[in-house]
Amino acid sequence: MSEPGSSSVTSADKIKAEVFSSLSLEDMKVVTKRLRRHIISMIGKAGSGHPGGSLSAVEIVTALYFSVLRHKPLDPCWSERDRFILSKGHAAPLLYAVLAECGYFPVEELLTLRKLGSRLQGHTDCRLIPGVEMTAGALGQGLSFAAGVALASRLDSKDYRVYVLLGDGECDEGQVWEAAMAAAHFKIDNLVAIVDKNGLQLDGWNRDIMNLEPFTEKWQAFGWHAISVDGHDLAELSSAFEQAKLIKGQPSVIIAHTVKGKGVSFMENKVDFHGKAPNAAEVEMALKEME
Amino acid sequence: MSEQVSLRETYGKTLVELGGENPDIVVLDADLSKSTMTHFFGSEFPDRFFDCGIAEQNMIGIAAGLAASGKTPFASTFAVFAPGRCFDQVRMSIAQPELNVKLVVTHGGISVGEDGTSHQSIEDLALIGALPGFSVIVPADAVETAQAVRVAASSYGPFYIRLGRPKLPLVFGEDYRFSLGKAATMKPGQDVTIIAIGIMVSAALEAAANLEQQDIDCRVLNMSTLKPIDEEAIIKAACETGAIVTAEEHLEHGGLGSEVAQVTGRHQPVPLEFVAIKDTYGQSGKDSELLKRYGLTAEGIEAAVRSVIARKK
Repeated sequence: MSEPGSSSVTSADKIKAEVFSSLSLEDMKVVTKRLRRHIISMIGKAGSGHPGGSLSAVEIVTALYFSVLRHKPLDPCWSERDRFILSKGHAAPLLYAVLAECGYFPVEELLTLRKLGSRLQGHTDCRLIPGVEMTAGALGQGLSFAAGVALASRLDSKDYRVYVLLGDGECDEGQVWEAAMAAAHFKIDNLVAIVDKNGLQLDGWNRDIMNLEPFTEKWQAFGWHAISVDGHDLAELSSAFEQAKLIKGQPSVIIAHTVKGKGVSFMENKVDFHGKAPNAAEVEMALKEME
Repeated sequence: MSEQVSLRETYGKTLVELGGENPDIVVLDADLSKSTMTHFFGSEFPDRFFDCGIAEQNMIGIAAGLAASGKTPFASTFAVFAPGRCFDQVRMSIAQPELNVKLVVTHGGISVGEDGTSHQSIEDLALIGALPGFSVIVPADAVETAQAVRVAASSYGPFYIRLGRPKLPLVFGEDYRFSLGKAATMKPGQDVTIIAIGIMVSAALEAAANLEQQDIDCRVLNMSTLKPIDEEAIIKAACETGAIVTAEEHLEHGGLGSEVAQVTGRHQPVPLEFVAIKDTYGQSGKDSELLKRYGLTAEGIEAAVRSVIARKK
């Protein structure tokens, strides 16, 4: 979405910063490459981190920040902004990378990830970095938080929308389903959950560790409007986000089918790269693949 | 005995007053609103009241989201369910991001009575007290409850206010002014100090009156703010009376007694005795029977006072 705001946008806001404008699909594809390179470089330099689940959600987050969200990187607390909440906090490198690319903070800072004194903690700490809406790391908590933010939007008669990214393994957590039930019960239709369904969690494939299926039907049974997409197809993602805006009286979930480690041949569908950093040689190989 | 007043009902009615004064006050409950008394607010302001069902973890997250968006949420359930059922949510979704959520819990301690062990929250102060940034208050009566709730509403940051199930005698007049982080001197004294919270404050006053007959001059402090604790009042009590007894409806570990021991140990070591539950769980019974069974009475405090005075040098 690139509409420069509703009638509730004040002139003071306009002076402070412009609403971030959206990119074409072609330009977004270029951004996804840069984000993947950042993720690999950051985690490689840090020597620890979670590359797999950052790489799988690159297109989801790119579509949001470069096409869907109404936001102002120079005014991160703008009251009318759409909110993006990262619930799968181990994908912090992806969020940091996209925020830096949007201009929330300098790109150079990305390489401080996980270092003592850095604002870029291993999992997000919302007190430290402009644009990070919520602290995350313990899984299962973001959907409830997002529901609260969306209810506040309703109470204040604002029109901002709330997007929250979950992992599929994260949906093992009971709190996710407490929140799913509540969001439908309260008819929170300015809330969109996106599930990065890459099929893998730390110990292995979802189906072997804790079967989630029938996954789409579960969300539907909880009262959600569910949309399934190829989570690496920017056009499909953008159109799903547009469709979700039209759904009234119930929340929407976008089930994004993705590949863990996407974009780095030796990381794709490899459970080991859930939480393992690439070594120097692997960083070099990965960056070469993404030139 | 002075008039017995419900702290829960006072909380519920104070919330309604606050709701009328401040449109950003919102209230959440987890299917216990008729017991926590948040239902008064729900009837008055249905648009700002969210019953989250029996799902405390989600309630905490929704409260956090509302707080992050400029609301002042009060979230209520029984003390045994928050922080017990949702400790990590309280930790990561409220305490770590320093959000403006007010947890006001009821049915704290063993005086919940007949519901028995599972419903008796005797660990909550240790859990919540461990979280940096939380203010923790255990009011002694209805007057203090109303004021503590108002202070929480007007002060930014996470608060935990623990109320009990039974009605309690008024220990304060309407002229009392609760001050966060400040102990109230309920009775001056020179021989020993009794530091009490919640239901134990009136027991401490009763014990002090009985001990006066035996020429033991007790100072009684109401330490209703458990965190940030009034170190100055504790150090002064240690210096001036040379011995301290703490009294709380909680396990001996991790509550008032532990806090007082830490402060005196660092600044002014004196003999201490702890009137609290000793590393065990409760059982069913009437509140008065349970308090007696576990020594949380004026008699229990008197015995502790005699014992601590015997240890004074």
